[in-house]
Amino acid sequence: MIHVIAFYLFAVLTIASGAVTILARNPVHSVLWLILAFFNAAGLMVLTGAEFIAMLLVIVYVGAVAVLFLFVVMMLDIDFASLRAGFVRYFPFGALVAIVLLAEIVLGIGAYRAGALELGSPDGTAATPAGASNIEAVGGLLYSRYLFLFEAAGIVLLVAMIGAIVLTHRQRTDTRGQNIRKQNMRRPGDATVNVKPEVGKGVQL
Amino acid sequence: MIGVEHYVVVSSILFVLGVLGIFINRKNVIVILMSIELILLAVNINLVAFSAFLHDLTGQIFAMFVLTVAAGEAAVGLAILVIYYRGRGTIAVDDVNQMKG
Repeated sequence: MIHVIAFYLFAVLTIASGAVTILARNPVHSVLWLILAFFNAAGLMVLTGAEFIAMLLVIVYVGAVAVLFLFVVMMLDIDFASLRAGFVRYFPFGALVAIVLLAEIVLGIGAYRAGALELGSPDGTAATPAGASNIEAVGGLLYSRYLFLFEAAGIVLLVAMIGAIVLTHRQRTDTRGQNIRKQNMRRPGDATVNVKPEVGKGVQL
Repeated sequence: MIGVEHYVVVSSILFVLGVLGIFINRKNVIVILMSIELILLAVNINLVAFSAFLHDLTGQIFAMFVLTVAAGEAAVGLAILVIYYRGRGTIAVDDVNQMKG
């Protein structure tokens, strides 16, 4: 019973916060609602027993991606009101496409429920071993059977990181940065000078 | 009892919301990127639900790769957004086709 209540709570909150995400006037509010949607989706995944993916969702999405969004939204000084022009104009067409898409998907689910679709059965090679927790089973699979895919995921992240840095890096000329080579090349002889001024004359610097 | 259909319905509604978000926020790239995140989240819910109900962990592994790609896509997308804003002072994407070179 508690399982059913929790499912409906998480499902309704996920969908509602997803809807507010796309409808909110202020993108900062959009990001915050997106975070709520991620949290509730993580709750849904905990209900199915996929704790590892749920925690990953909280850590990666809420901890990194959503904060990145928030950072960019707040960093750029944008007039969001002008960006909402055309909202009403595009809404009917978008709603039509959305309704058609949803009808198709629900039709597919109906066909599955009626028994017209056979999902097939897994061969058992990726099943959770008896007595193992979800995270143990996922880890065992990830570091054995899917090791090369795991490495490929790392390469994807590396390429994304380098790409983001290369895209946003710029040589600034209006700031005076630290020139480490110049600092290391500096010797006491270049920087200091010994003078013996006459009394009362002062020194020329 | 909650079956796999319930999860599929939730994820399909979320997916459609993401598609709708792309349509109605056509000028605002930030919300478009957020809509893409919603779509990928719906895909992840779907993969995890089927993985759990078929007792096969492959879906969860694949959901992790989807998560990886989503994170990379958000990072590169926002980087492109930042340089676009730097050059034009706005993020309205409907005049992207005026770019040359």
